[in-house]
Amino acid sequence: MLEQLPVLSLLIWLPLLTGVLVLLGPGDKLLAWTQRVAVAISLVVLALSVWILIGFSTSTAEFQFIERGEWIPSLNIAYELGVDGIALPLIVLTCLINVLVLCGSTASIKFRKTQFVAATLLMTGCMNGVFLAQDSILFYVFWEAMLIPMFLMIGIWGGPNRIYATLKFFLYTFFGSIFMLVALIYMGREAGDFSIQALQQMPLSETEQKWIFWAFLIAFAVKIPMFPVHTWLPDAHVEAPTGGSVILAAIMLKMGGYGFLRFSLPVTPDASETYAMILIVLSLIAIVYIGFVAIAQKDMKKLIAYSSVAHMGFVTLGTFVIAQLASADAQSMALQGAMVQMISHGLVSGALFFSIGVLYDRLHTRQISDFGGVVNSMPVFATLLMLFIFANAGLPGTSGFVGEFFVIVSSFQADWRIALFAALTLILGAAYSLWFYKRVIFGKAANEKIERLEDVNTREKSVLIVLAVLIIALGVYPQFLIDIMQPSIEQLLELSSVSKLGG
Amino acid sequence: MTIQAQLLLAVLAPLVGAIIAGLLGKKLGKVTTHRVTILGVLVSFVIAVKWFFVFLWGDATAVDLTVYEWASFGDVTIQIGFMLDSLTAIMMLVVTFVSLMVHIYSIGYMHDDLGYQRFFSYISLFTFSMLMLVMSNNFLQLFFGWEAVGVVSYLLIGFWYQKDSAIFANMKAFLVNRVGDFGFILGIGGIFLLFGTFDYAPIFTTMGVAQELVSLGGQPQENALALMDLNKTFAVWGDIEWAAMSFICICLFIGAMGKSAQVPLHIWLPDSMEGPTPISALIHAATMVTAGVFMVARMSPLFEFSETALAMITVIGAITALFMGLVAIVQNDIKRIIAYSTLSQLGYMVVALGVSAYSAAIFHLFTHAFFKALLFLGAGSVIIALHHEQDIRKMGGLYKKLPITYWCTLIGTLALIGTPFFSGFYSKDTIISASAEASGGFSGFAYFAVLTGVVVTAIYSVRLLLIVFHGKTRTEEKQFQQIQESPRVITWPLIALAIPSLFAGFVFGKPLLFGSFFRDSISVLEEHNVLQAVEAHYTSAIDFALHGFTSPVFLMLILGIVIAVIVYGWAPRFITMWAIFLKPVKKLLEKKYFFDDLNEKVVARSGRWLGQVFWRYGDKAIIDEGIIDGGTNTVKSIASKIRKIQTGYLYHYALMMVIGLVALLMWLLFKG
Repeated sequence: MLEQLPVLSLLIWLPLLTGVLVLLGPGDKLLAWTQRVAVAISLVVLALSVWILIGFSTSTAEFQFIERGEWIPSLNIAYELGVDGIALPLIVLTCLINVLVLCGSTASIKFRKTQFVAATLLMTGCMNGVFLAQDSILFYVFWEAMLIPMFLMIGIWGGPNRIYATLKFFLYTFFGSIFMLVALIYMGREAGDFSIQALQQMPLSETEQKWIFWAFLIAFAVKIPMFPVHTWLPDAHVEAPTGGSVILAAIMLKMGGYGFLRFSLPVTPDASETYAMILIVLSLIAIVYIGFVAIAQKDMKKLIAYSSVAHMGFVTLGTFVIAQLASADAQSMALQGAMVQMISHGLVSGALFFSIGVLYDRLHTRQISDFGGVVNSMPVFATLLMLFIFANAGLPGTSGFVGEFFVIVSSFQADWRIALFAALTLILGAAYSLWFYKRVIFGKAANEKIERLEDVNTREKSVLIVLAVLIIALGVYPQFLIDIMQPSIEQLLELSSVSKLGG
Repeated sequence: MTIQAQLLLAVLAPLVGAIIAGLLGKKLGKVTTHRVTILGVLVSFVIAVKWFFVFLWGDATAVDLTVYEWASFGDVTIQIGFMLDSLTAIMMLVVTFVSLMVHIYSIGYMHDDLGYQRFFSYISLFTFSMLMLVMSNNFLQLFFGWEAVGVVSYLLIGFWYQKDSAIFANMKAFLVNRVGDFGFILGIGGIFLLFGTFDYAPIFTTMGVAQELVSLGGQPQENALALMDLNKTFAVWGDIEWAAMSFICICLFIGAMGKSAQVPLHIWLPDSMEGPTPISALIHAATMVTAGVFMVARMSPLFEFSETALAMITVIGAITALFMGLVAIVQNDIKRIIAYSTLSQLGYMVVALGVSAYSAAIFHLFTHAFFKALLFLGAGSVIIALHHEQDIRKMGGLYKKLPITYWCTLIGTLALIGTPFFSGFYSKDTIISASAEASGGFSGFAYFAVLTGVVVTAIYSVRLLLIVFHGKTRTEEKQFQQIQESPRVITWPLIALAIPSLFAGFVFGKPLLFGSFFRDSISVLEEHNVLQAVEAHYTSAIDFALHGFTSPVFLMLILGIVIAVIVYGWAPRFITMWAIFLKPVKKLLEKKYFFDDLNEKVVARSGRWLGQVFWRYGDKAIIDEGIIDGGTNTVKSIASKIRKIQTGYLYHYALMMVIGLVALLMWLLFKG
């Protein structure tokens, strides 16, 4: 029976429709039931994504589970969905984070709870849409629509400075994507087809590629975010409620990385190669410069936000270093590294923002200096956070290591000096992560409030343990993920290595 | 059982113990927890003993097996697997034996600690990590074990997490080690570039061919490398290029410098004494700190082809051996004295590596593990008896009160200073003779350093022994009367470690140093083979020891003992005279050559300062206020106009934006 279901559409529309229903529903009066329904539907969506994962064939680079419907036939814009090895892990991650946010962080929302649930569901539907869309316009619609619930989340449930943060967030990302839209429409009209595959295969002159490359770059660089367009992220994180931060860090940043892989590399291969060195340098700045900035942070969320920027530096480095690499194996390693880094960062940063939420719910402050000696009253929490902190510092055996290792080793194959700067993360990442942990967790209990803190409850503990298990599983056996991605990565490498100029 | 099953069992038994102790420790209670973890380590120990003797007596050949593929794509396969050869076997023996002793000892030492179960979980986890490190057959797993032992060390140094000094020390230890790992990972990147694999076996095969080209073909090293296509260079700046092999070996050695605490990355080890004493014995003396020495020996086929790297290793080791030993003389904390002694002895091992006497380095690692663990555990016994007093100036006359501890410590000390017939003599004397024979870069300086080091070692060791155990007590009379020898669970491990400290050199010296034990696992180029020359003096263990009495090394030893006995035993006022004459030197030593100041006031501070500067000026002033301000001002003026039509609901804005967006989209699509 399941074979006949349009599973990909369900991944998008089930959360979206549930979200709309929750919004129109009875509101906070029937909160408990609304939440139960939302979690149940989300679990179904997660189960569907896992079902796709099981049914997914790892022997082909072709898109699978394809669905096609008409949308605007006069312009060759179609409702087309499909999944490949690059999108699949991100989709499962999205569905998982959705469940965890609904279970784990609605309790800390104090008003308009059902609307928060709705916003989460709407966002999940849109994010799945971005990863599944096979048509560039469909992709763009979800890409922009996803901003609205996030915008609302920060704007409604955010901290005191939320208006500034939402405006900055919205303007940055909106500004970025306008250029992408122009590029998409230009190409779609030239090719007479808006499907992403058509864009990947259409010939483009050098000038065209340059313009299109920069248009894409602005959109994706803001999203991921790259230095120097990263400053919206710490502000957005600081103001966002825990659930918003988790989704923002775990999934939304990955849109940028996904965009680079889906559009920049295959659509503008020649321009990507031309400008690769600039992007490599910007990635290295993100890793080193932002690493130092993270050390200086006094606000826990800002620290993790900056650490996210540094970690995303590995995604962009892995993506663009392939232009400098000769061997296909090293190129595979670089892209595998970038992808694993995205998934791993989704889990680790999600876990870290959840953990900060746990502390914030109890003491209502995010200042590191307000904490100290938390381990005395919250030993279970301290243990879990230690795992996340070490994963954030890229410890082997955790998922955080795999991507960094692949990217550092593969960039060494290009030029050891690239690896030299990238490898500084070993020192910087450990410095900001462990110093943070020391100041918050270790020591004598800093004050009475901390002495009286209650350890994580079952709900919090379950969420963190799920993430902890996945972080270790991915660190011990990344091959599971690599198998899924490799055919698509090889195909992507082929697309990005063929020049579009000659023909 | 198949070999794979045995090795898996050896690795996983301590891990299972650690998990049970960690997750269920509170429910199981103290006794069950320590039984479970001890059983786990005992299983590993039995397997280790078996394989050690198989390699010692039998003619077993090296085993290389894959457990699972960690990552594989294209032609790249990165595996988790084991390489079992003589080098692995001896390391397994050292790790599991000392770990077992420390587990048992900790029943007594940690008896009243609230974190009892946590402690046993950590030390079992350490045993697992260390075994993963030494048993690895590839660089990835090596790096995993390398970092994992670092983490457990971090957890154990900060075991008493309420102490500020402890949580400072553990972070420092991890970060300094990470500086080493920074080099290490670059070295691994270079390995992959040069060999296209992370596995040892193909790398050793390639290097084996290169070595045959040198030894049988009579080619110079460079030609051999060129023939094997290993003579790549890395561009540094302008026309400067570095030879890949030297670059890789130096990078790997930087990793070793972090883990094995070589100058200038040694600064974390003395501070690591903040941890409980049993782990100082296990991690910071016997096993983890020797991982760097092990790794270089493991990579001997590579290091043999880089004279530059070997010279660097020699000089770093020599500096550490001599100058860190000197610091031990002025320390007053019993554990810190032994810690500086460890630094110095690690320096000896590194010198041995530098002069290509790899098996001497490993042999010293082997004997040192026993006598240094013994010294630490002996110190722990003293500390417990004195209710956590670590200042030797408050001790004295303890030999009557703590006879077993005293005799064991005495054996450890005699082994450490290299008394003939004791284990330390065989290993240390070989290192000194080897560096005398060596002709590589800095080997002259190294010979001077390790020879002078003998005097220094004797001085600080005898000083410790005299001040702690002899003379009049400086403890309060009433308290002194109450001092009791430690319980058997503490003294038995001491005795068990004293036995190999006495006999390990005598029994194992010949096969390990000059026999065929390491033939499959360590390779030395003919031109570097200094141990061959040393072998001439080594007809038998007895002769070697007797010969030792007539060597200059023995004179140095006697000189050191005499100085120590005069200064600290017979005429304590010499100390004050010494202090007056050598005040600047003493100051320099007490300040530990200002390395700590350099680290805290320059390195760490400038790191934090740079973070502040980047954040305040880079991110805030330039990007946000500078570049974005222009943009935001425009936005502000637009926003103030929009504000007139505002409804106060954010989602109305959002809705309008979507409507606007759709309109824009339609216009662009349909305009032409």
